[in-house]
Amino acid sequence: MEKRTDKNSYTLLFATAMVIVIGSLLAFIASSLKSKIDENKRIEKQQNILYAMGVHENGNGNSTVAFIEASNVAGEFSKYIKKQIVITDLDIVENNDAYLIDIKKEQTKAKAGGKRQLPLFIGKKDGKTYYIVPIRGIGLWDAIWAYVAMDENMTIQGAYFDHQAETAGLGANIKQRFFMDDFIGEKLLDDNGIFKGITVSKSNSDPKNDDKNDNEVDAIAGATITGDGVSAMIKSDLRLYQPYFENLKKTN
Amino acid sequence: MGLLSSKDSKLISDPLSDDNPITIQVLGICSALAVTAELKASIVMAISVIFVMGAGNVVISLIRNIIPSKIRIIVQLTVVAALVIIVDQVLKAYSYSLSKELGAFIGLIITNCIIMGRFEAFALANGAWRSFLDGIGNALGYGLILIIVGFFRELLGSGTLLGFPVLGDPIEKTGLYSTGYENNGFMLLAPMALIVVGLIIWVQRSRNTDLIED
Repeated sequence: MEKRTDKNSYTLLFATAMVIVIGSLLAFIASSLKSKIDENKRIEKQQNILYAMGVHENGNGNSTVAFIEASNVAGEFSKYIKKQIVITDLDIVENNDAYLIDIKKEQTKAKAGGKRQLPLFIGKKDGKTYYIVPIRGIGLWDAIWAYVAMDENMTIQGAYFDHQAETAGLGANIKQRFFMDDFIGEKLLDDNGIFKGITVSKSNSDPKNDDKNDNEVDAIAGATITGDGVSAMIKSDLRLYQPYFENLKKTN
Repeated sequence: MGLLSSKDSKLISDPLSDDNPITIQVLGICSALAVTAELKASIVMAISVIFVMGAGNVVISLIRNIIPSKIRIIVQLTVVAALVIIVDQVLKAYSYSLSKELGAFIGLIITNCIIMGRFEAFALANGAWRSFLDGIGNALGYGLILIIVGFFRELLGSGTLLGFPVLGDPIEKTGLYSTGYENNGFMLLAPMALIVVGLIIWVQRSRNTDLIED
């Protein structure tokens, strides 16, 4: 005897009901949690920007990344970040929500021939000025991005890297301090002031990164493509800010 | 286990040894290969799978009599996917830093063939409580192997455990490295996961010859 659950009509009915029930359940959960998730993402951006300019709770001798507490972020962010600007060609506009600009959208816009908005955050800590910019590129599996803090000579003062889905233990290590901290002190320009970027290199035989003038940092073993992605995004995205820094020098 | 009858407790203990999903049934190899380059990722993946498998087995077991047999695989897949998305969203909202840690693993859970395997082989034919135990047991058996593999790969590949340098500093040449020892970078690459799993299978079968097939 054919079972009730073997009938085509039952199968169709079940499939329809399942799609409706699970679909609305997921939609309900997603929409009720959306505001909280967006808020978390916003706080994370502020934490990343502050981390790049050295405002963090890393402590001494500790090798893990420690952001400042989520509950203190808003206060610290307005304390350290003095100005947020958006650069479009040579137009510079102040915008206090510049950190919310979606770099992915701007990159797509630029590809389609539009004008890309370049956000830049100016922070001050202990009398020193930091210029922090967000960059974004492609790793092995998915997107990688970073917040890079520079001084007025485009020398790296700090960086925070992150990724969507790089391989754990390999490419994912770009967000580890042993990789990120290597960038501190590296120069984006060569001796003649021409933009060179920083290459993640497998052959610089400088694992401790003592040489800060070689425009190179030591690569992670087993993470060639992620490392190349880091080099590429530094070259393509940070280069766009060079005119701003040149203007800055002229006006000073 | 006083709480469980001997039949029930076998559901938990069998997958840990004689019926291990990885070493005996050779399932879930893909994720065992992907996440075991470091111990922490292995542990996180093990915990996530324990949760999804326990809950998924219960859900499938509860609706097993109304699932149309023609589309049962699709139904199972939908249940796993829905569970994983719910976990992902809730973590993002309430424990953002943990969800950042998990990142890519969340998606990998869906593709874990042990989960579909247990739905198909056990939950479709057994009650909710027994299915729950079976799910937890198999996830533990899977997690155990994952953690063993992760332990050796991280120790021999990076010289660290859970990120802590336990063998000294390879650059400063302290600890074990002062004797000329070097990390084996090959341990970090996927093929070594399979070789380590193979070694575990060898050890297990040589200790229990009943497991050897002709």
